[in-house]
Amino acid sequence: MRMPDTSEILLLVQGVSLAFGGVKALRDVSFDIRKGEIRAIIGPNGAGKTSMLNVINGFYHPNHGAITFKGQTRAQMQPFEASRGGIARTFQNVALFRGMSALDNIMAGRTLRMRRGLFLQMLRYGPALAEEIEHRHRVEEIIDFLEIEAIRKVPVARLPYGLQKRVELGRALAMEPDLLLLDEPMAGMNLEEKEDMSRFIVDVNNHYGTTIALIEHDMAVVMDLSHRVAVLDHGVKIADGTPDEVKKNQGVIDAYLGVAH
Amino acid sequence: MAVGGSFDTFPKLLARNAAQFSGRPAFRHKDLGIWQTWTWAKVAEIVRAYAAGLHRLGLQPGDTIAIVGSNRPKLYWTLMAAQVLRAIPVPVYSDAVADELAYVLAQADVKFVAAQDQEQVDKVFSVSGRVPHLHKVVYDEPRGLDDYDHDRLIAIRDVIEDGRAALAASAALGRQIDEFIRQGEGSDISIILYTSGTTGASKGVMLSARGCIDAATDTVRFDSLTDKDVALAYLPLAWVGDHYLNYAQGIVAGFCMACPESGETIEQDRREIGPTFYFAPPRGFEAMLTRVMIRMEDAAAIKRRMFSYFLGIARRYGESILTGKPVPLSGRLLYALGRLMVYEPLKNVLGLSRVRVAYTAGEAIGPDLFAFYRSIGLNLKQLYGQTEAFLYVTCQPDGEIYSDTVGPAAPNVDIRIAETGEVQFRSPGMFVGYFKDQAKTAEAMTSDGYVKTGDAGFFDEKTGHLKIIDRAKDVGRLADGTMFAPKYLENKLKFFPNIKEAVVYGDSRDFVCAFLNIDPVAVANWAERNNIAYGSYQELAGHPLVYDMVAKDVAEVNRSLAEGKVLAGAQIRRFLILHKELDADDGELTRTQKVRRGFIAERYAPLVTALYDGSHEADISTEVTFEDGRKGVIAARVRIRDLQTIGAREPLGKAA
Repeated sequence: MRMPDTSEILLLVQGVSLAFGGVKALRDVSFDIRKGEIRAIIGPNGAGKTSMLNVINGFYHPNHGAITFKGQTRAQMQPFEASRGGIARTFQNVALFRGMSALDNIMAGRTLRMRRGLFLQMLRYGPALAEEIEHRHRVEEIIDFLEIEAIRKVPVARLPYGLQKRVELGRALAMEPDLLLLDEPMAGMNLEEKEDMSRFIVDVNNHYGTTIALIEHDMAVVMDLSHRVAVLDHGVKIADGTPDEVKKNQGVIDAYLGVAH
Repeated sequence: MAVGGSFDTFPKLLARNAAQFSGRPAFRHKDLGIWQTWTWAKVAEIVRAYAAGLHRLGLQPGDTIAIVGSNRPKLYWTLMAAQVLRAIPVPVYSDAVADELAYVLAQADVKFVAAQDQEQVDKVFSVSGRVPHLHKVVYDEPRGLDDYDHDRLIAIRDVIEDGRAALAASAALGRQIDEFIRQGEGSDISIILYTSGTTGASKGVMLSARGCIDAATDTVRFDSLTDKDVALAYLPLAWVGDHYLNYAQGIVAGFCMACPESGETIEQDRREIGPTFYFAPPRGFEAMLTRVMIRMEDAAAIKRRMFSYFLGIARRYGESILTGKPVPLSGRLLYALGRLMVYEPLKNVLGLSRVRVAYTAGEAIGPDLFAFYRSIGLNLKQLYGQTEAFLYVTCQPDGEIYSDTVGPAAPNVDIRIAETGEVQFRSPGMFVGYFKDQAKTAEAMTSDGYVKTGDAGFFDEKTGHLKIIDRAKDVGRLADGTMFAPKYLENKLKFFPNIKEAVVYGDSRDFVCAFLNIDPVAVANWAERNNIAYGSYQELAGHPLVYDMVAKDVAEVNRSLAEGKVLAGAQIRRFLILHKELDADDGELTRTQKVRRGFIAERYAPLVTALYDGSHEADISTEVTFEDGRKGVIAARVRIRDLQTIGAREPLGKAA
């Protein structure tokens, strides 16, 4: 796989800790995401992976530590700031507008990029119409890219799970993000769907140059896809490196296979 | 001369179309959700630039260029551009696995490949070691190919751009291209189509430009196709059907080929385009009807009643109205109301509203299915043909439509039935030979220049139309010499909804017997309505009332056989209903759901014996494979039912 060209750091997490009452979800976690890479965060159940993702996109606010994104350091961020800043994400349990078509869902991903006011958009008049055509064009490119032409007009509630995941990826792509966070993109998929999704993730990274951070259970998938892998266990980062390095790490093996304490 | 006129190659016809139909649409393709259109003038310009580009890459007259992918304008233009350069296009099935692809590419000595996308490019490169002459691969869709080594790989768009720039820079190149077109002759090999290879390794069927154009000219006139027509180009590029019905007829008549957005959007695209000329195999029409029926099941009661009432009206009057036979005024009025309420909306949903001519072919179509589409006013017809004929051997003229014949000979086609019952023909489009296989070519021809189809058939006395009964090698004879066509009988039996599978025996026997499988869904439904209790498939299959019902169907088949002379002697004398469903997991069916007659005869040998020794029941135990792979044994006592044969010319009872 092609390695990213730059070593420029897009996102830096420094000493982040997060606690819910007595439960310490994250303890002093630091890592970075380089521009253009596919970065995986793995770990056993309850390791704090999703918490980490939620901290990155501002959904949770860490008790300690700081996050630097595109050179700007802040202790906490609001979700809308994250998305305006260019962070898009998908969810572990698909979060789409179930009654809306695949097309409209992806179109919703363009909302932040729409410049015209609500009133003009409702009238579909002049500049608003031209803008909508432009947005629709981008959305159609994504539909073509993800090969979901056949379900363009189908309400997502009627789609099988694997396709819903693809639509959700499409919506995230519609934002043209700098950083794409994928929360278990392969969960609950069959082998063929997993292969398709892996191909799309690699293609997104290749074609659009989007930096991707993903959480995944399926080790084989992670090791194939990612450039670098960070491993969490009980809220602590226990390893970080290329897939090969991580695979050999004794701490990781223990965390996954379990050791007698 | 006619529609094809004095034009003997496709590039010359393309130039004519660019002049005559310049502003009319030649191609449509849905891209990014919007139908894009190219006129004949635009296509001619693009093809000229594309040909110039390919020429600069080194494509020479006589070279072969393979085309692997689905129906996309750029791939059709590859056909045209290659023909401009007098090179020979070789379309390959896009779902061919690497080995099949390697075989065709190597056998055809291809120098160039036009591939649709990354998937096909990967496949071509994975076998390129076995294709010694491969020089360049051009591709349509760039996605995923950014990182590939572009030494041997180039986008079709870039080839066209390069050609266009070169043509603008050098008038000499333009003259050279024009010279290629002028030099093109009717005897040039226009295309090589590889047969699917169900009977051994696939063979490259060479067709001449003149032959293709003459054949297409005949059928374009036969069905009065014009530049106002639209066809949905969705059939596999490598199949003779697509090359004939869409490409050849499209260029000859100047009609528009609409390419679907993707393989999965065909239904939607059909609805949007509203083709006027349409082809689908019987399977396709069946799947369409099934979807309608399933959706009707869920409709409100009043709609369901309206639907079934008007379908009844359609069954009674539809065919007569379509063929212009006299119909009582009340019938006409009811049918008109039916059109308004049911038939037209239904056709609209299916995307068939504008269809003027529809064809089906490839296998026998069930009479009910065929009648359904005709009754709602779709001009569905049958044709019979094969790659070696460049498709058409026979086709049904408007007004002479029967579900069990394939029609009289197509225009300018000579058909004869050989001593053996085999259908042989001579036609304008018939092939020149198999590529690099003189021996096979000789084998496929008779000494006086007819092509052997390998199919057995006969001319129906009433209509004078051809009936195809079976592959010639499967046709057998009863002990007294009567012709016996197992597949023909099996198809007739299977058209009854209660019968799912049928296997008939009779070759070298005294009379014909049949194994039947009931259709569990249809028969269970019937049992429920008639309060018949049963515990298992086996019990249902052995139920005397089920036997009675099925016996009526078999008697019906015998009655229809008795109507014709040729097969009247091959009526079914005894049958039994098998205690289990035939299953591919047990090796009884092929993976494509065809019965394996010989294997079944061995496996159920005691039953075959019982059928012919006059006993009325027999015991059988067979090993079966369950869905999870475990094996078990099913034992049963199977009853045998005797039937009266009908209208036989001589008493057939002598053997029993």
